[in-house]
Amino acid sequence: MTDSFAIDVRGMTKRFGEHTVVNGIDLQVRRGEVYGFLGPNGSGKTTFIRMLCGLLAADAGEGTCLGFDVINESEAIKRQVGYMTQRFSFYEDLSIAENLDFVARMYGIPNRRDAVRESIERLGLAGRQKQLAGELSGGWKQRLALAACLIHQPKLLLLDEPTAGVDPKARRDFWEQIHDLAGQGLTFLITTHYMDEAERCDRLAYLSYGNLLTNGTAAEVIAGAGLTTWLVNGPDLQEIASRLRSTPGVQQAVAFGTRLHVSGTDADSLEQAIAPFRAEPCIWQQINPGLEDVFIHLMGRSKDNFSL
Amino acid sequence: MKKRTPLSFARFWAIVIKEFVQMRRDRLTFGMIIGIPVVQLMLFGYAINGDPKRLPTAVLLADSSQFGRTLLSALKNSEYFTFVREIHTEAEAEGALARGEVQFVVTVPENFSRDLLRGEKPAILVEADATDPSATGNAIASLRTVLNGGLRHDLTGPLAYLAATADPIDLRVHARYNPEGISQYNIVPGLMGVVLTMTMVMITGLAITRERERGTMENLLSMPTRPLEVLLGKIVPYIFVGYIQVGLILTAARFLFHVPMAGSIPLLLLAASVFIAANLAMGITFSTLAKNQLQAVQMTFFFFLPSLLLSGFMFPFRGMPGWAQVIGEVLPLTHFLRIVRGILLKGNGFQEVALQLWQIVLFALVVLTVGVKRYRKTLD
Repeated sequence: MTDSFAIDVRGMTKRFGEHTVVNGIDLQVRRGEVYGFLGPNGSGKTTFIRMLCGLLAADAGEGTCLGFDVINESEAIKRQVGYMTQRFSFYEDLSIAENLDFVARMYGIPNRRDAVRESIERLGLAGRQKQLAGELSGGWKQRLALAACLIHQPKLLLLDEPTAGVDPKARRDFWEQIHDLAGQGLTFLITTHYMDEAERCDRLAYLSYGNLLTNGTAAEVIAGAGLTTWLVNGPDLQEIASRLRSTPGVQQAVAFGTRLHVSGTDADSLEQAIAPFRAEPCIWQQINPGLEDVFIHLMGRSKDNFSL
Repeated sequence: MKKRTPLSFARFWAIVIKEFVQMRRDRLTFGMIIGIPVVQLMLFGYAINGDPKRLPTAVLLADSSQFGRTLLSALKNSEYFTFVREIHTEAEAEGALARGEVQFVVTVPENFSRDLLRGEKPAILVEADATDPSATGNAIASLRTVLNGGLRHDLTGPLAYLAATADPIDLRVHARYNPEGISQYNIVPGLMGVVLTMTMVMITGLAITRERERGTMENLLSMPTRPLEVLLGKIVPYIFVGYIQVGLILTAARFLFHVPMAGSIPLLLLAASVFIAANLAMGITFSTLAKNQLQAVQMTFFFFLPSLLLSGFMFPFRGMPGWAQVIGEVLPLTHFLRIVRGILLKGNGFQEVALQLWQIVLFALVVLTVGVKRYRKTLD
């Protein structure tokens, strides 16, 4: 039954000239779910989202978004989807209230004034409603954008890097709000580069070069990668890292602050590979790989598979 | 003392190279650099002529004798006049002048030949549409020579004594609509059209490109809107802006330049609204074609240049060669100039301006259709 899915698409493809930006992506997002969309810059996340809400015409693919045909019924989809663009895209020369009023009119919301007032109050923008949007700081712009996306009471929110350039406190508040809204039944598809945000999602998908490499809960994604990771503490880690990288059996040696994560897919050959290094004055300790280890691994692998 | 960094040739050269690279990328600007001089050369070199010739002339021949025919053929053979039609009543003559179909009406009165032969110096009436004094000046100056020269061919033998007199006829010229030949009467109303063309096309020209450059287009497209809603929504507010300009120029025309206002001002305002809408539609269509605001401004300029030069604002329309007149006929400013001058100076009513008005409406519809077709509902 497609009804339990907010998004249920198969084979979504977009080409720009020779370049395939989104390559046959299948995605299912359940209603009320917070779904994280990860992947390096240029991996096709934004393009995929734009296809979902009818901003770009898909070259291939089929399926439904909120029960509407994703190819032919984008007008109906637009009415029930809130899309928050990566770059602030409301009018900087309109005030907060004027921006919200404009959006409310565009969606033909009944009791528009009340809806705008409530939206301003709910987001704690009451004191600043006359301020021009262009004068707001990044965090406030993001709040305004979210308020504007919510004003027509959408069932699905597509948020494209909503927290880029926002301070940690505002980021935390923002995510609390998202989980509140998800609790009320809204579905979210959120792109992000932050690992802590990825961990807050119910499920994740990882894209690279237009391909969906993995998806599932954070635990599933980590388990699926089959990675073994060692944590190294000690002096001269930079030098050890560069030597490790050229050692067969070691797939990645990544600095995390003052520590090093050394990972490989084959636990035995990794252990053999690091054996000579363990004599040095460092502390080695096997740990569970984190999402970041997995994503760096996926990024490295996808380069081999898809880049030319 | 603050220590200054010394001038560096290498840094200067870095800027030079960067500018060249950027220039090469911006094809439209490069095209303008080549295109503008070419267009200017064509327009000033070939299209513009301050001394218009072969002006359309109608003849009201009440005396169908030999001498009347002589005058007609003299006009036909002259440089400045082209005989386009024969008319039969005073009302017909009036209408042809009011609609601007002819520049001159020459009336040969009854008993012209008889009076001529009697040496009574019969009157020849020449009515000129003098709204644009520069268009008619030289032609009027040549009239006497043309008519007398023609008659002289016929006044031979026993009639030679008539030719010998300084003036066998009494030439009466009526410079209609602007008898004193005041050029402000022509220019100030015309300026209304020029100002509207320049500002209205520019304002909406920036409308869509600005949304695209500021990133707000993505947001607008993600909402359930239709292209016509967006385009018309961006046009209508500026009609009011246009009216402010119209009011300003009309006030100045009335109180500073004392331009006669023979016709109906409400009719002029109606025509102005159509004209403003046409220019706004042009701008918004440029806006859908241009990639950024600079390109929109450049396109506006490219539209404004021929409008200014080929519409009959700066130079007499009838002085231009056929191809330039064809281009001129497409431009809304050409028709609006005829309307505004017609209403203010000639006292034209709706009947006389309807044809011109219709051509502006047609222009607006075609241009808006292109705009709606070009307006992309997606970011593709």
